[in-house]
Amino acid sequence: MKLFAGIDIGSCNAKAVVIDDKAGVVGSHVCRSGIDYQKSAREALKNALGEMSCNSMPIVSTGYGRHSIDFASATKTEIACHARGGFAYLPQALTLVDIGGQDNKVVKIDDQGKRIDFKMNRKCAAGTGTFIEEIANRINFPLESLDTLARQAKKSLKIGSYCTVFASTEILAHIRAGASAEELVRGVFESVVDRVMEMIPFEGTILLCGGVVEYHPFIADLFKERISGEVIVPPHPQLTGAYGAALFARESAG
Amino acid sequence: MGEEKRVAIGAAKQLKAVMAQHFYELDEAVKTKSKKIAWCTSVGPAELALAADFLVYYPENHAAILGSNRTAMDYIPIANAQGYSPDICSYLTSDIGAHLKGETPLTQAFGMQSVPKPDILLYNTNQCRDVYDWMSYYAREFKVPIYGINAPRNQFQIRDDVVKACAAQLKEIVPALEEISGRPFDIDKFREVLATSLECTHLWEAVLDTTTNIPSPATFFDHCIHMGPAVVMRGRKEANDYYRILLKEMQERVDNGVNAVPGERHRFYWDGMPIWGKLRNLSETFNSLKSCVLVSSYCNSWVFAAFDPKDPFRSMAEAYCSIFIGQDDNFKENYIADKVKRFSIDGILYHDSKCCSTNSNTRYGMPNRLKERLGIPYLVINGDLNDLRCYSEEQTITNIEAFVEQIEESS
Repeated sequence: MKLFAGIDIGSCNAKAVVIDDKAGVVGSHVCRSGIDYQKSAREALKNALGEMSCNSMPIVSTGYGRHSIDFASATKTEIACHARGGFAYLPQALTLVDIGGQDNKVVKIDDQGKRIDFKMNRKCAAGTGTFIEEIANRINFPLESLDTLARQAKKSLKIGSYCTVFASTEILAHIRAGASAEELVRGVFESVVDRVMEMIPFEGTILLCGGVVEYHPFIADLFKERISGEVIVPPHPQLTGAYGAALFARESAG
Repeated sequence: MGEEKRVAIGAAKQLKAVMAQHFYELDEAVKTKSKKIAWCTSVGPAELALAADFLVYYPENHAAILGSNRTAMDYIPIANAQGYSPDICSYLTSDIGAHLKGETPLTQAFGMQSVPKPDILLYNTNQCRDVYDWMSYYAREFKVPIYGINAPRNQFQIRDDVVKACAAQLKEIVPALEEISGRPFDIDKFREVLATSLECTHLWEAVLDTTTNIPSPATFFDHCIHMGPAVVMRGRKEANDYYRILLKEMQERVDNGVNAVPGERHRFYWDGMPIWGKLRNLSETFNSLKSCVLVSSYCNSWVFAAFDPKDPFRSMAEAYCSIFIGQDDNFKENYIADKVKRFSIDGILYHDSKCCSTNSNTRYGMPNRLKERLGIPYLVINGDLNDLRCYSEEQTITNIEAFVEQIEESS
């Protein structure tokens, strides 16, 4: 079986996806990116492959660490790979939103899968996965408990700042005022949605990708409340970029 | 077959010499007290000072040097700590920070003990208010007089009454120049300086226009370096001599097929300030993507076509009121649209400079309007002219690579 791999080295996690010559996913793995991208890329790929053999397998790397992977045959930006992976899942005109650890990307794709436009968030980390991690630390709740907590909130709190530090101090003010953990977390999730909504006017179908939606699916529900068009989440939103990279690897091999 | 290599611009040697002459003359004047020195904002009334026999020093040029060699990052925090905000012009904070620390790169480059002390400070608010605040700082610091033009900004047309008012303000500077220099103002010398400066404008514009050629013989990043004499030596024949050499070389590069970006595939417009500390990195990034950034609002800002030696005060006022940065978005959009067409541009890069709102044209919807009008994509690069705390190399490179990928995908 001919195999192709995509490796997405993000600011938080390394993702590997292995596909066959029919573009079907035959293996995937996610691990922390850490400080040795080469090592984490190898680990992600090894685990994605499992027992499969991978002689001279075309590999495309993407993400912030894309240029650090010396065994990749080519590199592509994460914007290209998310668009490619997203369109493969939903082949129609769409707006892809990727909420990652370090940045948010909005990519407009036409009905042929070509990118029309893209935008990344401004300099601050507010509205990204890193922001959610920071807040989880601040309120001393495990990251994996946040989604359940947010769903239990009776109401939401407004966290308006697009500066992570200011947002954290807003949260302190809410804590002083007696806000519950559920309300705080829901407020944080709402603010993530706010930051994305500020990037462009949204219309048509939205495909939500990235690790933040994978681990906190309630954020997708909040998007659905805000957007008139359809909001779709692929089965593994975190793997969209790595899957797109694998598709590029497959295309490059002809 | 190997990759075609970039060919360096030979005139860089003469550029170095003419810039060195500028600083050596200033140093000599300080040591011998042979000439008075005016500090002038970069698009301020320099020709008037030259006509009055002053040597002219440009703090903005000094600040750009601090940005280019990245020592700005040592100096900006010093000015910040003195109450000059990180949100205001980082040219200003770099320069004042260097002054507070008593350092200048001119010491190492030209053996100058310090920047040359001013006898008078000249400004024009045509570009922003910060230049006035900057000069005001030095007026207090050195206890020297400050004069200037309070030109309006966001103009939708160059109004006759505004030009008249600015011409009157120019005339008001003359007695101060006479008093400090100790000699009467010579109107014929003024006409002569203006004629020389006008010739510099024509030569520099001709150099810039050679990049209409496909492929282009030079990049915006080259222009940022070679614009030096048009900024600090305009009104002097040495600048014109230099641009004749550079123009000849540019024409030869066109004739001989010497391209700034070998294998040029994409042609981009740069709007906004340069990111001085990252010129080389950005140049290499675009080069690796076979993309040539070849025309800009910035380098074209030292083109003062309205100068008329027959009517020196009025025409100088008009020329300095007409600069790109002082106009409203309608003017700027027409200006960029014209350049996009003439230079066969595939995409526009907007530098949103954190500290420079007046020269960041991304904040009032212009990129979307121009995209709609011209049908070409744009990319906003977040950064700053000197303050690299406001710049992310990783994000910028990813954005640039994705922009080029998108253009290639759609072609």
